Amino acid sequence: MPLKKTVNSSYSRWMDADGPEADIVISSRVRVARNLAGKPFPHLSNNEKAEDIIRAVRLAVEDKELAKQVGALEISLLSELSPVERQILVDKHLISPDLLSSFEWKAVVLRDDEVISIMVNEEDHLRIQCLLPGLQLKEAWELINQVDDGLEKTLDYAFSEKLGYLTACPTNVGTGMRASVMLHLPGLGLTKQLSGVLNAINKVGLTVRGLFGEGTEALGDMFQISNQITLGQSEEEIIDNLVAVAKQIIAQEQAARRALYNGRREVFEDRIYRAYGTLKYAHILTFEEAMRLFSDLRLGIEMGLVSGIPAKLLNELMVKIRPAFLVKLAGQDMTAQQRDIFRAEMIRKEFEGS
Amino acid sequence: MLCERCGQRPATMHLTEISNGQKNDTHLCEVCAREIQPQGFGFVPQIHLHNFLASLLNHGMGEDKSYKTETTGKKCEKCGVFEGQIAKQGLMGCGDCYPFFEERLLPLLRRIHGSTRHTGKVPARTGGRARLAKEINKLKNNLKEVVSREDFEQAAQLRDQIHQLEKYMAEGSEG
Ligand SMILES: [Zn+2]
Ligand SMILES: [Zn+2]
Repeated sequence: MPLKKTVNSSYSRWMDADGPEADIVISSRVRVARNLAGKPFPHLSNNEKAEDIIRAVRLAVEDKELAKQVGALEISLLSELSPVERQILVDKHLISPDLLSSFEWKAVVLRDDEVISIMVNEEDHLRIQCLLPGLQLKEAWELINQVDDGLEKTLDYAFSEKLGYLTACPTNVGTGMRASVMLHLPGLGLTKQLSGVLNAINKVGLTVRGLFGEGTEALGDMFQISNQITLGQSEEEIIDNLVAVAKQIIAQEQAARRALYNGRREVFEDRIYRAYGTLKYAHILTFEEAMRLFSDLRLGIEMGLVSGIPAKLLNELMVKIRPAFLVKLAGQDMTAQQRDIFRAEMIRKEFEGS
Repeated sequence: MLCERCGQRPATMHLTEISNGQKNDTHLCEVCAREIQPQGFGFVPQIHLHNFLASLLNHGMGEDKSYKTETTGKKCEKCGVFEGQIAKQGLMGCGDCYPFFEERLLPLLRRIHGSTRHTGKVPARTGGRARLAKEINKLKNNLKEVVSREDFEQAAQLRDQIHQLEKYMAEGSEG
């Protein structure tokens, strides 16, 4: 049963770190929102209506023709999973945290490799997602487009000639599409160019996001760029726009990394190898510290300085070191302190022999 | 400062968002920050957005007419949702709410998207403009071929078909 396999493994295809520009772009994601014509949106739904939607989606995804074109898709109810397992789906980026509230009414569709997932009865009836490693927004959209075409043979979408795909929130109406890339930008951070570069993006219709702790360093040096506008631009235009901006940032990050390496090579290497050493030998690691060390080590891997650890492993560890998976691995609940010890132990094991 | 998401724990982190040159910080506690996890890209709940929409919708009504309760304003005939409810939640009730509340919605859409006209994908079943345009093109090519064969009866038929489709399309673009 694929869903059990999904929650028992921390690995997902998007972690492979093998797409184009994978030294900076962790992953590309495209999702589209779709609703069924004549049905109230999920926030007005009740149990019975929600079940109707799930039944319709089940019928659509179990179509043999669709399976032939995009691979077998399997639908599962979220109620089949334990709370920890549901959180693991969130941590693996397959569903949103919003799908966890009133989960009794909700379902998820997955392809075996987890590249395609569909949330059923989230804010919209369907949210079709495609998640790929590296910079592959075009590929992700092509795949979604195929899935969407296939589903449409069974489902009657709420659509208007004028406003496009009709969504619960007017911010998604039109294409219903949200495309995003996850970027690792430690070079811009270390050379203090980050806010300058990000503020300069300022292209109409795009949003940049980063999560910061108490200091000025972004958690894990990860940033997300996504489109904000869904009406008045075609899917291809939205993606071309995003790819163009991503490429600009990639070029600037590459320049920053080169400058760091050429400028103060010892300091730079010291930072990377300290991170490596700490991860390999530490006995207590908080989530935040581990994320910070991963970022430094990842930079070393991406620049070809460290070869014993694949970037793929770090991507998987970003999911594995979260509380849900730790609890799953330990088979019991833990205090925060116990988790920090367990987390360090798990990372030590993964790094053994490297 | 308390976390803006749960309102319960102290905020120790902030999520920075920059769009259209506007910077927006959301202060979050550790638990919420971990839950929304920007590594989950795109899944950041739109904390401000629904409030923002609500205020825009309210604003459109003017001070004295602002939605005091959820059951003010017009009511969608299909799903039964009131204008006041939409303003409060920032969410439409069903697909039919769009044409029903169009007057109120169009200025809002222009503010959010800078446009009020979809130019992207069209579902095959809807038989949309893109497909219509394609069909017209195909007929025009047929017409050329038929004319070159001097099959004028067939040509007249094709020409009528093209006119009809073009008229249909022109009407669609006004509506
Ligand atoms: Zn909170
Ligand atoms: Zn309605």
